Amino acid sequence: MSATSSATSKAVDSPSSSSSPASTYLVLGKYEVVVGMEVHAQLLTRSKMFCRCSADYQGAPPNSHTCPVCLGMPGALPVANRAAVEATIKTGLALNCRIAETAVFARKNYHYPDLPKGYQISQYELPLCLDGWVAIDLPDGGSKRIRIRRAHLEEDTGKTTHVDGYSLVDLNRAGVPLMEIVTEADIASPDEAYAFLTKLRTLLRYLGVNSGDMEKGAMRCEPNISVRTPEMRERGEYGVKVEVKNLNSFRSVRNAIAYEAQRQAQILEQGGQVEQVNMGWDEQNQRTVLQRTKESAEDYRYFPEPDIPPLRVEEPWIQAIRATLPELPDAKRARYQEEWGLRRAEAEILTSEKRVADFFEAAVAAYGTAKGKPQRLANWITGELFRLLYAEGQGQDLRQIAGIPMKPEQLAQLLRLVDERVINPNTAKKVLERMVRTGENPQAIVEAEGLAMVSDTAQIDAAIDQVLAAHPEELARYRAGETKLLGFFMGQVMRALKGKADPGLARQRLQEKLQSEASSG
Amino acid sequence: MKLTVDEVKHVAELAKLALTEEEIQQFTEQLSAILDYAEQVQAVDTSAVPPTPYVLPLVNVLDEDRPRPSLPTDVALANAPDREDGYFRVRAVFEE
Repeated sequence: MSATSSATSKAVDSPSSSSSPASTYLVLGKYEVVVGMEVHAQLLTRSKMFCRCSADYQGAPPNSHTCPVCLGMPGALPVANRAAVEATIKTGLALNCRIAETAVFARKNYHYPDLPKGYQISQYELPLCLDGWVAIDLPDGGSKRIRIRRAHLEEDTGKTTHVDGYSLVDLNRAGVPLMEIVTEADIASPDEAYAFLTKLRTLLRYLGVNSGDMEKGAMRCEPNISVRTPEMRERGEYGVKVEVKNLNSFRSVRNAIAYEAQRQAQILEQGGQVEQVNMGWDEQNQRTVLQRTKESAEDYRYFPEPDIPPLRVEEPWIQAIRATLPELPDAKRARYQEEWGLRRAEAEILTSEKRVADFFEAAVAAYGTAKGKPQRLANWITGELFRLLYAEGQGQDLRQIAGIPMKPEQLAQLLRLVDERVINPNTAKKVLERMVRTGENPQAIVEAEGLAMVSDTAQIDAAIDQVLAAHPEELARYRAGETKLLGFFMGQVMRALKGKADPGLARQRLQEKLQSEASSG
Repeated sequence: MKLTVDEVKHVAELAKLALTEEEIQQFTEQLSAILDYAEQVQAVDTSAVPPTPYVLPLVNVLDEDRPRPSLPTDVALANAPDREDGYFRVRAVFEE
């Protein structure tokens, strides 16, 4: 799986289907929604962006990760973090961006206590990555490209806690590398926004550049939302846009866009005008609320950061970074479908997290790629194993698959025991549960618990006789034509054999027995 | 180039400077004079010169991603006018 080809694989490059009128998301029957997204993603570097303080600020005592650079002391010299620059270029490549030959850091000037320098070092006129796209899947089976305008590198700010009458500032987070990704206004519905963010997060996690954890603030999304009539679109016009902040989950983003589009459409319907403002999302009441802003308009007076020489990104450097790209989710999904015959649904969910895909691929390597085998594994992973992860893990996070004691090779062993008719599929579920908890080999569990399948005809027949003798009333009803009682008898027989019977054999013997009973009775 | 009083007030506000009316008048004149002087440079034809934000022949000055020890919290807070439990304590700022 060559990394170079995967980023631009043909499978990724499926033709974008223009949204048909039937699939257009309309508010109040006539307003289209236009959304552009700004996403901030903390990069998973060990040290900060412009100094070598540890970037691992979560849970650290306040102001324990600071130095003259991130405290904004006069005379301190910031030096950019190579890993952060390379992570941004890597992301740019995965987002199909052009990497700028020259990129320049710039000072964005504003006063706020979480930014002790009085400016944030960012990129303005010359960002690192330009003009890319991300393909999202549409419900009709087509796909659509959301264009990426730019991706640049900057530094995170400190954290302020507001107490009665004053504020407390912790600068551990100040200077943590932050990548800002800006889309064009290509998102046309709340669901498209959700699909875009999901796809972007998957990509960032595959690249290993960002954790994607919105609730921890490692990924933050700010949609710019406006509405317009089809007539306005034809004239090339846009409505007034409103930026929404304080969104803590993709679901909130989806809800906020739906709410805000409705609010704006109603204003226009009543002959009013939408004001260009910043809104905040009120999660509890599921609505947007006006945020207080300073009277003076934003005036950041950007200028090139004199302390940091420009970045010159030449082809060999780009190629070296390109070579580190993993196989990306769309390419993986296509490969699972084409080479291993997986159904789309399973291929999609297995590739949604890299750790799940890694687990699946290791299991396939151990189990084999013969026809039907990868799909059988996929069913077990997305069915029983995910159920156990959700039930016994912490939250609905499939990445936990990498932390369970059971190894992928052991899951392959379990399925082989089913194939070889050592245990039946129901027993296998029980064995799996213990494997996930303890990491024991399936064979050992089967032996320890005496779970081997009962395929001994005499033993099965004895159980059938016992069940029929114990349920004369049901037997009579069966004889009277109530044939759906076969299931009941089957259940009783399985129970009598502690669930270990060969189900096919048991069913066959039971049917034969009932038939002879019926003819004799 | 003549600056207006309002422009000077705006710049002072951005720089967090509290100026008296007298100073505003004074700086309006002085800053205008400085801009006039700078304007002479504009007369030079630079159409063939690429924008030059940096004069040093340096690019890609980068550090490897290896954390080094930070300052002890007490040292970091040494110049703070006010502190509380390891935090800088500042005047109330409203939520963004």
